[in-house]
Amino acid sequence: MPPAVEAQDVVKRFGETTALRGVDLEVQAGTVLGLLGPNGAGKTTMVRVLATLLVPDGGRASVLGHDVVHEAQRVRELIALTGQFAAVDEILTGRENLRMFGRLFRLGRREAERRAGELLERFDLADAADRPARTYSGGMRRRLDLASSLLTRPPILFLDEPTTGLDPRSRNQIWEVVRELVRAGTTLLLTTQHLEEADLLADRIAVIDHGRLIAQGTGDELKDSVGGQMIEVTVADPADRERAHQALHSLGCGEPQPTEVERQLTLPAAHDGVAMMSEASRALQETGIAVSDLALRRPTLDDVFLTLTGRPPEDEAPAVQGDGHHLSRELAFAEREEPPR
Amino acid sequence: MTLERLRWSASDCLVVAVRNLRHFTRQPQLLLFSTIQPIMFVVLFSYVFGGSVGRSLPRGVEYEEFLLPGIFIQSVSFRATQTAIGLAEDMQRGVIDRFRSMPMARSAVMAGRTIADLVRNLFVIVLMAAAGYVIGFRFQEGAGEAVGSILVVGLFSFALSWIFVFVGLTARAPEAAQSAGFVAIFPLVFASSIFVPVETMPSWLAGFAAISPVTATADAARALAIGGDVAEPLARTLLWCAAILVVFVPLCVWRYRRLR
Repeated sequence: MPPAVEAQDVVKRFGETTALRGVDLEVQAGTVLGLLGPNGAGKTTMVRVLATLLVPDGGRASVLGHDVVHEAQRVRELIALTGQFAAVDEILTGRENLRMFGRLFRLGRREAERRAGELLERFDLADAADRPARTYSGGMRRRLDLASSLLTRPPILFLDEPTTGLDPRSRNQIWEVVRELVRAGTTLLLTTQHLEEADLLADRIAVIDHGRLIAQGTGDELKDSVGGQMIEVTVADPADRERAHQALHSLGCGEPQPTEVERQLTLPAAHDGVAMMSEASRALQETGIAVSDLALRRPTLDDVFLTLTGRPPEDEAPAVQGDGHHLSRELAFAEREEPPR
Repeated sequence: MTLERLRWSASDCLVVAVRNLRHFTRQPQLLLFSTIQPIMFVVLFSYVFGGSVGRSLPRGVEYEEFLLPGIFIQSVSFRATQTAIGLAEDMQRGVIDRFRSMPMARSAVMAGRTIADLVRNLFVIVLMAAAGYVIGFRFQEGAGEAVGSILVVGLFSFALSWIFVFVGLTARAPEAAQSAGFVAIFPLVFASSIFVPVETMPSWLAGFAAISPVTATADAARALAIGGDVAEPLARTLLWCAAILVVFVPLCVWRYRRLR
């Protein structure tokens, strides 16, 4: 059986910029692949190639063995895409949206009506079903968007940053649905800027940066590659950072990395984090450097990036899509609702 | 197989058209302004210019009679930019992306929109004709000619819509689509026989106006409404509309396929 999704050496250029520089991907049927990367890394472009919205300039990609360029129509029957923006009709009601998409997914009139009712119920939208979608909150809109992708129960689903900009409650609802889908056997490719989200939902994670795949593995494998845990040292005086660097370097357990914060350093603590903490604090005490904060934490996407690329993640050339929400250092999700438009 | 596909294409087209018409009926302010605006034009133009333009009209033709079929075309031309704006909005909101990732007919998104715009245009023209009756306009040929007059304008608006589908797909931002639309439409509408007889214009402009599809349509619709030579302007109108459709429908489909 062919892989659910397969991409080989996919290249995509937009004028002068190269969005994808030869990406290989493989998603086995019934599994979840998390495509992880900062804004502008090429995640959305990759999804759009796989969803037949973009024709790649090089390489090839297929869905269940069907080429996304030459058999695009067949591919469209097998997939559904939920993009970064809730692509629902604002003027129509939730129910009308689902009915319309159902009809366009080639469901019969009655079947479309029935599925719409089912999905509204399941996505907690039954009360708002007959209100125009423009009155929905960001979370409701995203749920309606996701529901629109599930009308025909497609075997393969692409979710492009399904939780970006959602409040924690809506995010959890989306995660719950995703888990249910996976249990029911749906193959999922989801993009995210958050390691935590990828870790929580995906069987495997592919890290993409500058249009290139820079790492692949399970969440644990990736975190281990960064060194299990991290010690974060904040010195009181920025001038002391270099000295702190030397002191920690002499511990011999890895190279301390300066962070974007002027007074901060991180040190990988691969194995016994607590023991490392006490060693680090002793080393710093001996040098007499004033330390304002010393913390042990799990690696973040920033750390993965720092380790893999030697630089912190940053937004690439203006992101064509996305809400510009930068990677938060604490893996905190944006605690806001999108204001109704 | 092909018949099956055709049936689905028609069904997709209908679903999209109904969706677009709902937009129209759900936003009563849109309906109101797109109706009031042409009526306002009819009233203002006929009273403001009626006196002076009236003198250059053929003997026995009142300006309201001359003007109204022209205003039909002016109003559908201005409204054609709405086709581009609506499409650009759909693109911006990601609705088009969803359509494009679905197993629906490629042409349905565009055909559904142009058909919905046609229905809306016919509706507004009928309303305008009713308003015209209030200020003294009368269709002077038969009922068939009256319907023909409205249908000619409808056909022209449909062809124009396809040009604006292309504008909408290319401009991408609704504001850009709107500006681009007006830049193209204004000279076409005013340099034509919509408001005044072409013969009153300076010769270089009259030359342009004489070959313009807007003039052809205005002359045809006017002849059908109040009398005059029908065959020649009607033939020119049909030729123009066919030419526009033959060029722009494939161009739009091509553009739609290659959207980013």
